[in-house]
This record gives sequence, structure tokens and C-alpha cells, in this order.
Amino acid sequence: MNFLQQIFNWLSNQLLKMDWLYDIIKLLVEKVFGLSMKTKIGESTHFFIYDTIKIFILLSVLIFMISYIQSYFPPERTRKILSRVKGIKGNLLGALLGTITPFCSCSSIPIFIGFTSAGLPLGVTFSFLISSPLVDLASFLLLLSFFGWEIATAYVIVGLVLAVFGGTIIDKLKLEKYIEGYVLDIRDVELAKENNNDNENDIFVLNRKERINYSKQQVKDIIKKVWLYILIGVGIGALIHNWIPTDIINNIIGKNNPFSVLIAAIVAIPMYADIFGTLPIAEALFNKGVGIGTILTFMMGVTALSLPSIILLSKVVKKKLLIIFVSIVSMGIIIIGYLFNAFSYIFI
Amino acid sequence: MMNIKILGSGCTNCKKLEENTKKAVAELGLVATFEKVTDYKDIVSYGVMKTPGLVVDGKVKLTGRVPSTEEIKKYL
Repeated sequence: MNFLQQIFNWLSNQLLKMDWLYDIIKLLVEKVFGLSMKTKIGESTHFFIYDTIKIFILLSVLIFMISYIQSYFPPERTRKILSRVKGIKGNLLGALLGTITPFCSCSSIPIFIGFTSAGLPLGVTFSFLISSPLVDLASFLLLLSFFGWEIATAYVIVGLVLAVFGGTIIDKLKLEKYIEGYVLDIRDVELAKENNNDNENDIFVLNRKERINYSKQQVKDIIKKVWLYILIGVGIGALIHNWIPTDIINNIIGKNNPFSVLIAAIVAIPMYADIFGTLPIAEALFNKGVGIGTILTFMMGVTALSLPSIILLSKVVKKKLLIIFVSIVSMGIIIIGYLFNAFSYIFI
Repeated sequence: MMNIKILGSGCTNCKKLEENTKKAVAELGLVATFEKVTDYKDIVSYGVMKTPGLVVDGKVKLTGRVPSTEEIKKYL
């Protein structure tokens, strides 16, 4: 058993944490650049290069894997699966399917219209919309790499709970009348189409080569879209890591400031980025001793809600529903932060 | 004559799909009219939720990806 444990640790350190890369970059910084790892410049140069390379490697591998799985679950099929279940099971399934469907908030409008017009309950659609950007396999494996399995698992579980809960509340509030009228008008056309579209299933049947092509294309597209956010994220991370004094950070969002979670939420919610750009910042804050709840609130705030995604949603739902949705998710994220800060001793 | 619709709000992938499809049509020696469907309402009315989408003679052939010219030939 001990032997197995050692193999497992070695794999986890080398593959997920990439210790080998850490050592190579250390050599590069010390021998080629001639910077000591004990100086601020040396250490932040190391942080920047190491984190950038690590994130790009993980990103490419993970997106490839996930896209491959995703190619079995296009939103059209997700909708079919979801239309078969009712009640809270629907919310749970919606949240789970959200974890294997797109990363990008840009597809949230067509998905919203598509789900709603097919007659899916509003709450199920929202469970899906909350979990889709918030939780996916990539975020789980990245968190695993940066923070270890306790925090990664906790993140996924609370993310799913938030999605199920948020969707269920929206369901119970009976907010259907706050969907924009034209979305409901599409219903008739849509269902008529579906009934006589006999070959609809064809579009799900891809062979292996087509799936691989699709996955490669996804990797390219997503990297093109996020590389700048990653560099900015790693830059801020390096700054926090070595240049901003720990005292200042701790005063603003440290464990002794009761408002730290609120501050993290206020900064993070309007911000648009994805988990890949957020992680290096989270990592640097974590190393400075910021509470894990505060960090989770920050990451969830960045991924689950953003100004662009709120503006997009405002095209399909009326103001009241939009405000309720944003409030539920924000409250949820803040509560999660405080709970994690209070119980963090279990994880660390 | 074949009618081909490219569904998508004008993203790079939609342009790529249009390009590949035009190539496939030309290589097969077919004649087709091309239309762009850019409005979300119209896109969704085809049951498509992930762009780009390819519609040939009113039937959805694929969604959410850009296949190679060779693969597109199968759908024409």
C-alpha cells in the first residue's frame, strides 16, 4: 500500500503539479538569467514563466479531453435528456450536464432560448446556466493541481449545490412571466420542426476522427480566446506573490477582516475572465495566507457572473428575473465564502 | 438547386464553415444558393443551440463545429 501511495504521490506531483517544470524553470532563472531565486525579481520571474507554461499545458490537455467528452453531449442532446425528468431531479441533472457543456458565456443566449422554447422548466434552465461556467472537469483538475483534492472536490460540490439551489428557488418563485415575449413565441416553430425533423439524430453521430478534429479545434479556439487573460492573471499573481506586502493584502482581504468575502465578491462579480486566468491570482493569494473561502468567492464570482454575461441574459429575460438571478448567485457565492472560511480547518 | 444556410452570428467559425462548404460544393460540381442566418431567433428556430450550424435544404446537418471540406461533402 505504501508503495502504491508513493507512486500516486509521484504521479500527482509530476503530472498535475508539474514539479519537473518547476525545477527546469528554476535552472533557467538561476543559470541562464543569472537571477537568484531568493530575490524578488528572480522569484517573480520564476512564478510568471512557470505558471504561464503550466497553465497552457494543462489548458491544452484538459480542453482536448473535455471537448472529446463534450462532443457526445451537444446542447441539442442535453435538452432532450433534460426534457425527460421532472422536479428537483431535473435541476440536479441540469447542473450535472452543465459541467460537461461549453465554457463560454457567449452560447448562453441560444441555449436559454433553445431550452425555454422546448418547454423545459425555467429552474432547470437556470441550474444549467449557473453550473455551466462555474463547474467543469477542467476547473476540477486545475484546482486539483493548484490546491489539492480537498479544495477541488469542495469547489465542485458547492458549485453544484449552488446551481441546484439557485434553479430550485427560481422555479418556486414562478417567474415564467419575466421571460421576454419573443422567446416564448419561438416555441411553436421549434416544436413543429422537431416533430418532422426525422434525421435530427444524425448530427450527433460523429466518428472518432471527427471528434478528434473537433477537440483540436476547440483547443485552438479557446486558447486564442483566453491567452491574454491568462497572461494578465499570471502577471497579477506574480505581483501579489512577490511585490505587494503581505500586510496590505491581509488588511484588505485577510482572515481578520470580516468583510474580506464581501470585498472579494464585489471585485469579482462584474469581472469577466475564466477560471484559467483566475487561478494564478488565487494561488498567489492563497500563498499569502488569505482564507480559502475568500478565494473561492473570488473565483466563483469571476466565473459564474460577469457584466458581459449579465448583459447577454438581459436580452432574453426581463429586469426582475435578471435581478433575482444575479442576487441569488451572488448571495450563494458570499455564503459559500463565509462557510468555507469558518470551516477551513477541515481542509487545510 | 440546393439551398444551403450557414447559421451563426458572424463569428470566425461561421466564416470558416461557409468557406469549407463552398469548397465542398465546388469540388462536387454542385450548384447551390448560400444564405446566412445571423439572428438568434431564427437560428434557434432550427433547433440549433451551438453555432455554427449547417442547414441543407431545410435540414440541420451539423451544429457547433467546423468540419473539414471532405466531411461536409457527406452532407450535400
